Amino acid sequence: MRIRIDHSTTYAYDRAARFIIQTLRLTPRSSEAQTVRDWRIETNVDARLRRSEDAFGNIVHALYTEQPTQSLTVRVSGEVVTTDTAGVVPQDQETLSPLVFLRDTPLTQRDQLISVFASEFSAHPALERMHRLMAAIHGSVAFEVGVTTPTHTAAEVLALGRGVCQDHAHVFIACARQMGVPARYVSGHLLRSDRDDQDAAHAWAEAWIDDLGWVGFDPANGVCPTERYVRVATGLDYLGAAPVRGASYGGGGERLAVRLSVRDADMQQSQQQA
Amino acid sequence: MAFDEMSGYGGDVRDSYRGLARWLADAPEGLLQARSRQAELFFRRMGVTFAVYGEAESSERLIPFDVVPRIIGAAEWAGLEAGLIQRVNAINAFLGDVYGAQECLKAGIVPSELVLTNPHYAPEMQGRRPPRGVWVHIAGVDLVRTGEDGFFVLEDNCRTPSGVSYMLENREMMMRLFPDLFADYPVRPVETYADMLLASLRACAPEAAGNDPTIVVLTPGPFNSAYYEHSFLADKLGVELVEGPDLFVDDGKVFMRTTQGRQRVDVVYRRIDDDFLDPLTFRPDSALGVPGLMTAYQEGTVTLANAVGTGVADDKAVYTYMPDIIRFFTGEEPILKNVPTWRCREPEALKYVLANLGDLVVKEVGGSGGYGMLVGPASTKAEIEAFRKKLIADPGEFIAQPTLDLSTAPTLDKGELAGRHVDLRPFVLSSPDGVRVAPGGLTRVALKPGSLVVNSSQGGGTKDTWVLDV
Repeated sequence: MRIRIDHSTTYAYDRAARFIIQTLRLTPRSSEAQTVRDWRIETNVDARLRRSEDAFGNIVHALYTEQPTQSLTVRVSGEVVTTDTAGVVPQDQETLSPLVFLRDTPLTQRDQLISVFASEFSAHPALERMHRLMAAIHGSVAFEVGVTTPTHTAAEVLALGRGVCQDHAHVFIACARQMGVPARYVSGHLLRSDRDDQDAAHAWAEAWIDDLGWVGFDPANGVCPTERYVRVATGLDYLGAAPVRGASYGGGGERLAVRLSVRDADMQQSQQQA
Repeated sequence: MAFDEMSGYGGDVRDSYRGLARWLADAPEGLLQARSRQAELFFRRMGVTFAVYGEAESSERLIPFDVVPRIIGAAEWAGLEAGLIQRVNAINAFLGDVYGAQECLKAGIVPSELVLTNPHYAPEMQGRRPPRGVWVHIAGVDLVRTGEDGFFVLEDNCRTPSGVSYMLENREMMMRLFPDLFADYPVRPVETYADMLLASLRACAPEAAGNDPTIVVLTPGPFNSAYYEHSFLADKLGVELVEGPDLFVDDGKVFMRTTQGRQRVDVVYRRIDDDFLDPLTFRPDSALGVPGLMTAYQEGTVTLANAVGTGVADDKAVYTYMPDIIRFFTGEEPILKNVPTWRCREPEALKYVLANLGDLVVKEVGGSGGYGMLVGPASTKAEIEAFRKKLIADPGEFIAQPTLDLSTAPTLDKGELAGRHVDLRPFVLSSPDGVRVAPGGLTRVALKPGSLVVNSSQGGGTKDTWVLDV
C-alpha cells in the first residue's frame, strides 16, 4: 500500500521561549516491509535540525531554535509504501539483543495485578501466549481518550481498565516481560478505514518470538499489524519512542496540539482520476 | 585473631609502622586526644560534612576522623598498584566490549543475560564509543585485607565514586596536627591528586577540543550528600562547579552560561547518576540534568566522566566474574583477588547460603553504601529469618560472601589505642596516557569494637592513608 502521512506537532508557549531543544522521532526508516519516499521535515520558525540514529535504530532529529519562539510547529510528511508481513518485523536492522527488552522501566513496572493477569497465559507456546495476551488486553482495557496521561504506568492502566493505544501497549509490554518474553514499544501510524484525520499517532507493541524474531501486536485494536501500519520508532516504552521530547527555556507553560492525516495514497489518486 | 596493620598477628611492629610506634612511645600523655579534639574543631569550622541517608534528625554530620594514620609500605603498595591498574584496564576493556562487539558475552565469560538485563546496562550506549575510548575515568576500588599478603577487592566503584575529598582533607589535617611526624616519614604526597585528575580529564577531552579544553564539575546541588566534595574538587581543579541549569546543549554541543555569554564545555566531570543526566533521554522529570546532553555525547563533542553505562561493570553480580574478565581481556592472572562469592541466582549457591546465613555477609546486587545487607555473625535470629524471606523471594538480587576477618588498625577510642577493622579505597584514574593510582586513598574504619561495617552511613570513620616511599 502507498500511505501518505502528514503529521504536525505544535507546542505553544505562555510567552516566547528564548530557546527550545527537541528530540524528534518522527521519521520512519525504510526496511524490507516499508519504503519511505519523499519524506520532508519542516518547521514554522528558523531552526537547526541535526539527524542521527539512536542505539535502538531510530532516526532522530535534534532540533534547536534560532530565535525567541512563541509557537513551534514541526511538520513531517511523505509517503510510505508498505507490504504485509503478517506482523513479523524484518530482521535487517536490529542493533540490540532482545534480552535488553526484558527490563522494566518506570512506565512498565510490574505489580501483583500484572503478574496475575500475565499468569493466565503461561501454559501456551510463546506466540500463542502473545496472541491471547493481546486479545485479553483488548477485552480488559477499554479504549477511551482523556482518562490517562503519558505518565500512567501499565499497572495503573490495567487497574483502571481504560486508556489509549499507548496504555494498551504498556500493559502488553509489562505482561510479556513478566512472562519472560522480550517486548518493546512501537510508535507509528495506522491507516484507518473510517477516517483520514486523526487526533494522535498510533502505538503498539512487539514481542520477541524465537524463530520468528520481533512480531507486532496491536492490543488497542486486537490485531497484528498489517500493511496499513507504518513503523516509526521503537523503544523500551513510550518515552524511548516518543515522537517529541523537548525542553524550552523561558517559555513558561506549554500546550501541545497535533494534526495528523494518514491516507491511502492510491485511493486518493484514483479518486482524482475519476 | 585479625591481622593488624601495625603488629601483624601480635608480633613485632611491622616495618612501615616502626616510626609511628617510636613517636607514640615518646608522645606525652593526652596528646592524641588533644589533637583529635583539635581535628574535630577544624573540620567543623571548615564545614566538612556528609549527609547520612535515613537519619531524620540531622541531615548532615561530621564523619569521625581518627588521627592515627593507616600506613602502607612501599612494597605492599607496589603490589596493590599493579593489581589496581590491571583491574581497571580490564574494566575499561570490558565496558568497551559490552557496548561494542560483545566478544566476552559470545565467549561465555559473563552470561549475556546478566549483562543485558542488568539495570545498569545502558542500551543507549550500545555501538557507541566515548571520546578517547575511556569509560571509567575515575574508579574507587574498595579493598580489604585479611593477612600479610591477603588483599581482596570488595567492590569496584565505577559510577561516581566519592570519598576522595576525605583523602585530601585528612592529609591536610594530619600535616597540620603532626608536622613533626611527617618530618621523619617518607610519606608519598596525595596533594598531587588534583593535578593528576586534571591532566587525566584533559587527556580524555574530545579530539576536537584542542589543547585547552574546558572542564566543569556537574553536581546535583547542595542537597546531595556529597555536595561538599563536588565543590571541593571543583575548587582544587580550578574549574567551574555547575548544576544542570547552568549548562545547555545547542547544535550538538554543550555550553555553560557565563556572565560573558555562552562558553563551550568539553569535559563534564559529572557527579549525577546516569538516570538524571538528560531528561530528553532518561528520566523526563529530572531537573538535575541537561536537556540534550546525550545527543551531544553521542555526537562525540563532549566527554562525560565517567561514561554513561559504567554501572554494569561494578554491579555486584558482574563482580563475581571479574577474575575471568581480567583473564579474558589482559591475558594475565588477576593480581588482586576477589572475595569468594556465592551467586544466589545459582540454585546450588542459594542452597549453601540459606544453610549458612548466620556465617555469611549477604548483599543486594544493586545496593550500595552498606544499605540492605545482612552481616550474619552480627545479626539476631529474627533479623536473619527476616532476611531469609527476602532472599528466597528474589534470590537473583543477592550475593553472599564469607565474613572476612578484616585487618585492624590502631585507632583512638576513649583515649586508648585499640584495633578497629579497616578497609581501603584507592582512587584510580584512566586516560589515553594510561591508568594511574593516587598514592593513598580513603581508609574507612569501623569505630565500634568488633564491627566490620566501615560505611560512613553506618557509623564508620576515616583515617589518613600513608603510602611510604621506601
